[in-house]
Amino acid sequence: MRKELAKFKGFSAKNLPKEEPFAPGHRACQGCGEVLALRLALKALGMNVIAISATGCMEIISSPFPYTSWRVPWIHIAFENAAAVASGVEAALKVLKRKGRFPKNRRVDVVAFAGDGGTADIGLQALSGALERGHDFVYICLDNEAYMNTGVQRSSCTPYGAMTTTSPPGEKSFGQMTWKKNVPAIAVAHNIPYVATATPAFFLDLMNKVKKAALVDGPAYVHIYSPCPTGWGSKGEDSITLAKLAVETRIFPLYEVIDGKYYITRKVTKPKPVEEYLKRQRRFRHLTEAQIREIQERVDAEYERLLRLAECL
Amino acid sequence: MGKRIAKEVSIAVAEAVKQCKVDVIAAYPITPQTHIVEHLSELVANGELDAEYITVESEHSAISACLGSVATGARTFTSTSSQGLALMHEILFIAPALRLPVVMVVANRALSAPISIWNDHGDIMAERDIGWIQTFAENGQEAVDLVYHAFRVAEDRRVMFPAIVNIDGFTLSHMIEPIELPDQEQVDRYLPPFKPRYKLDPRKPLSMGPVGIPEIYMEAKKAQDEAFKSAYRVIVKAWDEFEEVFGRRYHPVETYRLEDAEVGLLIMGSLAETAMSAVDRMREAGKRVGLVRLRLWRPFPLRDFVRTVRGLKMLAVIDRALSPGATGGPVATEVRSALYQVPGRPRVASFIAGLGGRDVTVEDFEEMADRAYFYLKKKPKEPYEMIGVKE
Repeated sequence: MRKELAKFKGFSAKNLPKEEPFAPGHRACQGCGEVLALRLALKALGMNVIAISATGCMEIISSPFPYTSWRVPWIHIAFENAAAVASGVEAALKVLKRKGRFPKNRRVDVVAFAGDGGTADIGLQALSGALERGHDFVYICLDNEAYMNTGVQRSSCTPYGAMTTTSPPGEKSFGQMTWKKNVPAIAVAHNIPYVATATPAFFLDLMNKVKKAALVDGPAYVHIYSPCPTGWGSKGEDSITLAKLAVETRIFPLYEVIDGKYYITRKVTKPKPVEEYLKRQRRFRHLTEAQIREIQERVDAEYERLLRLAECL
Repeated sequence: MGKRIAKEVSIAVAEAVKQCKVDVIAAYPITPQTHIVEHLSELVANGELDAEYITVESEHSAISACLGSVATGARTFTSTSSQGLALMHEILFIAPALRLPVVMVVANRALSAPISIWNDHGDIMAERDIGWIQTFAENGQEAVDLVYHAFRVAEDRRVMFPAIVNIDGFTLSHMIEPIELPDQEQVDRYLPPFKPRYKLDPRKPLSMGPVGIPEIYMEAKKAQDEAFKSAYRVIVKAWDEFEEVFGRRYHPVETYRLEDAEVGLLIMGSLAETAMSAVDRMREAGKRVGLVRLRLWRPFPLRDFVRTVRGLKMLAVIDRALSPGATGGPVATEVRSALYQVPGRPRVASFIAGLGGRDVTVEDFEEMADRAYFYLKKKPKEPYEMIGVKE
């Protein structure tokens, strides 16, 4: 275990921070799992933060001038460069502290937020660059599995079989015809100290992981599964259920990778069938039994692979 | 006062950046800008410059990191050329709109295709409307001096706009010239520490880069434009003060042997040196030809420019960039537009020359002046023409 994490006892219902760095009154949809993840992540980080947002739902709903939901300093530049902007913020803090123009002992966590498109597609290069250079910052991908802000177009994080406006099922298509890109594995390949997956359904786990990401020296990557009722065709009140089911079906396993070593943080010994998760969402309604079976097999195989990673390393 | 020492212009520019005590540099290698950033990395590596040097993975990330850095309150520098500048394009508009005063040196180079590493102004002319302060250097001394000036003006609280100093790739960036680097004490006197009114700081949170709904977008743009136009006075004043500290005098518009001239050649950048030789030769031959050089391109020095050229019969504008199918080179169209409302305005002939490193000789300038004379009598058939093309 890394020494920076030794003193961290973890959040519990008793010691949750009182501060809400992300204010209510924003314009997110009912049942938005992404804004919940964002709020929890910021709650874990506290007020000594500089936040950077990529263009996307969270940026749009939080900052319609003259209103803002950000009680911490926040900057939005563009879509694909949150990691690069964060690199600049981190470098500036470092040199300003060194030169005595910012209090040396004041801890400031630099955190970048982007959606799955801003991370896995258009922002992948900037992310890779920032991770490789070793900036001390946290990158949080709020993954709602498509370009929701522009009207539900497919991304490389859209799951196999899902219907989006650019992966519609038809005579020659069954929806998204590729498997979800494994961005946490890409982050791990950069040999950074901390990578984790989380969902707002297990909110203490999410907060603990974000906090640990901030505590480690160097880059950290947290991939947060974020249900989107508008884009998925699910009920607003189902968002937490879906976030839980994604874990219980092993579709979205929860784990940490610390210094390259995998730890499964929520072992699922008796998985529910993926169908239970899929049937609650309109985006999967067109799938045949054979296709659902195919997804089940892939999920089983991926989980096996993860178990082996957690055992061997 | 420093001594005049022979130096490569890129190296001298990097030394000037060092004297400005930058805090953060984020840059990506591209010819012909490389010598500037290589020398800066060396200065950082040797501890001669206390700064963070971010070796970004692209120019897009270079400018993005620069904006993050300057928004946090650090003095920030970058440099690029050509394709690199084009890759920055999207982000370049955001810097002035958020009032983030980065300083960038562009070693001007042609845009692809065909791919060319050599000099012209195609790269920067594609960035005409980004809202940055833009100057063009004629020689090495000016390149260096414009760096101090750029930081001084950009970071001025009445300005708070990013600034580009253009230096011609290779033909200026790689020249070895006698350059006087001032004493550090002079630079410190001229350039106060960077103290932005607004920055990213948890002790005083603010939101930068919010959504501009239709009800406020135009107001925001109007405010930006007003501020940019009024930066003009500060830019000129900063050159007055430059003279007081360093002893060299700069104006937004420069002239050479323009008094009593009938035809004026107008150019930006280092080619002006060749143009001056051409003017001398033509003057000896009894032709009343002079030279106008725009040092400041944005904000456009409208009044000073009109005052300078209004007595001419013909202005021959030499553009180092092509705007295919337009009504002239980018500078020529701008100048025609600037003069249109002026009673008794000079005619404007538009020449495109020196693209992709093509040499522009004294003879070429003489040819352009001769054509300009000819166009006084007979209207040109086309709105612009290329000079020095092999048939």
